[in-house]
Amino acid sequence: MRSIRQPSVLPGFALTFGFTTFFLSTIVLIPLAALVLMTASMHWHEFLHVVLSPRALGSYRLSFGASMLAATINLVFGFIIAWTLVRYEFPGRKLIDALIDMPFALPTAVSGIALTSVFAENGWIGSYLHTLGIKVAYTWVGVTVALTLIGLPFAVRSVQPALLEVQRDLEDAAETLGAGWFYVFRRIILPTVLPALLTGFTLAFARAVGEYGSVIFIAGNLPMKTEITPLLIVIRLEEFDYKGAAALGFVMLVISFVVLLTINLLQAWGRRRIVAVSR
Amino acid sequence: MAAGTHALGLEDLDTRPGRDTIVSSLVRWSFIGVSLAFLAALLFAPLATVFVMALQHGLRAYFHSFSDPDTTAAIRLTLLTALVVVPINTVFGLAASWAIAKFEFKGKSFLITMIDLPLAVSPVISGMMYVLLFGLHGWFGAWLQEHDISIIFAVPGIMLATMFVTFPYVARELIPLMQQVGNDEEEAAMTLGAGAWITFFRVTLPKVRWGLVYGVILCNARAMGEFGAVSVVSGHIRGLTNTMPLHIEILYNEYNFVGAFAVASLLTLLALLTLIVKTLVERTGYRRR
Repeated sequence: MRSIRQPSVLPGFALTFGFTTFFLSTIVLIPLAALVLMTASMHWHEFLHVVLSPRALGSYRLSFGASMLAATINLVFGFIIAWTLVRYEFPGRKLIDALIDMPFALPTAVSGIALTSVFAENGWIGSYLHTLGIKVAYTWVGVTVALTLIGLPFAVRSVQPALLEVQRDLEDAAETLGAGWFYVFRRIILPTVLPALLTGFTLAFARAVGEYGSVIFIAGNLPMKTEITPLLIVIRLEEFDYKGAAALGFVMLVISFVVLLTINLLQAWGRRRIVAVSR
Repeated sequence: MAAGTHALGLEDLDTRPGRDTIVSSLVRWSFIGVSLAFLAALLFAPLATVFVMALQHGLRAYFHSFSDPDTTAAIRLTLLTALVVVPINTVFGLAASWAIAKFEFKGKSFLITMIDLPLAVSPVISGMMYVLLFGLHGWFGAWLQEHDISIIFAVPGIMLATMFVTFPYVARELIPLMQQVGNDEEEAAMTLGAGAWITFFRVTLPKVRWGLVYGVILCNARAMGEFGAVSVVSGHIRGLTNTMPLHIEILYNEYNFVGAFAVASLLTLLALLTLIVKTLVERTGYRRR
């Protein structure tokens, strides 16, 4: 143990490091290895047959398409909400600021049934949309609505601190010199918050792709149409088709890793920019 | 991310030139209007609907739904799961943050990445990994059956899946906090002759207490509310392996809306309580990194 670390007067390295790596291995790494090994035990053509089946492709299209759309909606409205909370004073601002984290704290099954009853044909909002000819619950629109809700806090909370970094005197100076609001937005505000916007977008997307609980209630769960990939995995497991489930899980895991890597790169980029600006 | 920090941007609002022009107040009110409308449709309406649906047949029907033995069994199992999982993950979080923040060693950033990993994994995949290990056709399935041990479709599986999804919550709150507060006081205590445990309980723990509270309440909220991972390993056996979120699904699919939303209302109150504690912790000046 001593050889891998630098000396310190503080005690407890062996105990805490040992417990950490032991617990991490038991709870995270061994189960993860089980998934990878199960996938590796398949033949190539067997693997491709599962992950490229029409039903799987249909589920990717919905999962990734709806997640992308939801993250884009959150990019726009997350910015608007963060801007409102940072720049304007109005009654109830602090309450709303605290409630932004609700989708984090609210169990997904609760948001699932609640959204479904609000957006169903006889629901508070669903009935209005129904008269306009828009069906939300049990369609891909409903899936997008659920994914937007769970991604919202990621978008708002990423942008909020960045908006505080924007130097207001630069905005004032630009305005005094005759710059229009769009020019100020494009040249002063956007460059400061861009890394945060992209981080929020990616975080919201990553969360949405894997989401299960809030979606299955509002989606119709029809194969090829409103069936998300996590649901297809659950169905395969219920059929005791462990390999089929593992293969689909492996594909999603690889995609999550790519997304995670993107987030880390974006955050490193954001930190470098902030340092550069403050210098 | 703390609520208190926003005051920074607001202080100079009153003195800013051009604040009261028609255009700027029009912009201001349209921003506020769009934000509130968006949140009302997506967040406030669903929150309100939980209570409206739960109370649609009055208070008696609402309270009556909790006398169902399957519902009370689900509440008990959820409490038991949180009671086991949260303390274990808290001890893990303390150990991991001590090892990572107090010492320099090789592979540290890799370790941090691995601790954060469960946050990036879909809940369904989290549950599935344990099915692949311990399920009937899993790696250890045959051995477990031989020895008459059930993990999947039983309470241990639910605990394991919950432990996985809530694994990073305490650790990722404490690691940056301990790194930030530094080691000076601990080193002073040790030099003055305090023992290791005394140093930990009397010096370190008070320094990081708000981060600990923050991590624990978020861990608890997730542990009690987890659906996807638990759904995969539970087997949905009523009265035995049904947690509150899973019970909501069963009641909802049976069109027992009062029952489903009554259980949902408890979890919603828990979420509100979590947010209140979180906001109070942020009031102390604790800022999430």
